[in-house]
Amino acid sequence: MKKNLLNKLGTIITSAALLGASLTGCGSAGAENTAASEDVTIADAEVAKAESAEETATVYRTLDEIKESGTINIGVFSDKSPFGYVDENGEYAGYDVYFAEKIGEDLGVKINYVSTEAANRIEYLQTGKVDIILANFTVTEERAQEVDFALPYMNVALGVVSPEDKVIESLDNVGADDKIIVISGTTAETYLEKNYPNIKLQKYDAYAEAKTAFENGNGVAWANDNTEVIAFALENEGYKVGIPSLGSADTIAPAVTKGNETLLTWLNEEIETIGKDNFFHKDYEETLLETYGKDYEDTLVVESGKVQ
Amino acid sequence: MHNLGIDVLFKGTNMIRLLKGLWVSVEISLIAVLISIVLGLVMGILMTSKSKVIRFILRVYLEVVRIMPQMVLLFIVYFGTTRVFGLNISAEASAIIVFVFWGTAEMGDLVRGSIKSIPKIQYDSAYALGMDKIQVYTAIILPQTIRRLIPLSINLVTRMIKTTSLVMMIGIVEVLKVAQQIIEANRKASPNAAFGVFAVVFLLYFVVCRTISGFAVKLEKRWT
Repeated sequence: MKKNLLNKLGTIITSAALLGASLTGCGSAGAENTAASEDVTIADAEVAKAESAEETATVYRTLDEIKESGTINIGVFSDKSPFGYVDENGEYAGYDVYFAEKIGEDLGVKINYVSTEAANRIEYLQTGKVDIILANFTVTEERAQEVDFALPYMNVALGVVSPEDKVIESLDNVGADDKIIVISGTTAETYLEKNYPNIKLQKYDAYAEAKTAFENGNGVAWANDNTEVIAFALENEGYKVGIPSLGSADTIAPAVTKGNETLLTWLNEEIETIGKDNFFHKDYEETLLETYGKDYEDTLVVESGKVQ
Repeated sequence: MHNLGIDVLFKGTNMIRLLKGLWVSVEISLIAVLISIVLGLVMGILMTSKSKVIRFILRVYLEVVRIMPQMVLLFIVYFGTTRVFGLNISAEASAIIVFVFWGTAEMGDLVRGSIKSIPKIQYDSAYALGMDKIQVYTAIILPQTIRRLIPLSINLVTRMIKTTSLVMMIGIVEVLKVAQQIIEANRKASPNAAFGVFAVVFLLYFVVCRTISGFAVKLEKRWT
């Protein structure tokens, strides 16, 4: 019995040690993420070295490896209509998915969709658990240090919506006592605080609260992602998007694991090629037209990776 | 009823998808619970050990599990192991590992409590009858412990089922994720669907948890 106990104890200690190792490993990886990009590449190189010892050379799969396996793993949103969602028949659909289908078709492979969340998109790429992320992924400098972005396929900026009888077309015309509604933690909040410190902001935590407050007239206008305000103005009578594009224009692009050159090159060529046939305009008309209307097609769509 | 948006559940295969999602939740938690009960019994017995070292190590393990949010554990097992060891554990397996890791610790503590609650006189009487340590445990202590454990462990099981909603973070589409998908896909057609769909999800969770606790009450009655 005593021996038995010792054996079990041994197992438990080993598993505890393993856990400890994974904890510290992850902790340091997390720290490196926030550190400078050089650190990250060094860490990546180390990881790659460690792995090459165990046959697998890299975390990601090259273009040839994907083609050989016959399946590509693409991370998409499954609950962000109309960009990536699941329709009533359980099929993935939306603007991002329409593009993903085209990628699968042109590569000649089957697609395995992985449902991702905003918070785990980078993690999925860095561990090679998906080959491409096509989940409304806005290109930022911080993210570009962690993953490789291909050419953009959509524009995203801030927008301001206001009641039709008192449209605000420029933020310079906002009165001293007028308030603009924003949702806390969004880019709209940071942008306005930084660039228009004199404008009073009325902040809400959730979309639904901000919407109700705006409808009740708690603010003269509502600033948010332009896709959101455009959709709001189209769905609700009596509102107009006075400023459809504000602030630094960001783009949305596919992302691959850092260093996956072959796949990145192929993606860039693909985006340029299909752009010649106005693929993303067709994509917009199939998936986004219903939500955003014809007027914003050229504001939102980026063709062949060329931002106008 | 239309305003509640329950009708979106009858579009296409939505209801079937929701039930499939529920099965994913139930499956993960049931497998995890079964393994946890077995390992938890072992752990609980070890926790009553006389050795201070063993008790200290298990105490640390229990505290680690209590302090760490399950979400962090999921990320460590699913993404961390790939990063550090290059292991590729499937999302479902990762979820089960995390839930077992958590369940074993909590179950162990429950077992420890139940064993401690058995009066010392029972051990003394059993030894006096000439039983050895293994016999005392398997014939006298554990059967009573397990009976006392049932109400306590049901609490853990139902908590586990509800916590499965976190596994969407590692890409598993379970009942709550399906609900969000259905609500979002119908955001334009029926903007109020959230209320109806979540009400149905609430009902589904309720039915599952109620069935399990009902089953436990029956077991308890039969054994006493």
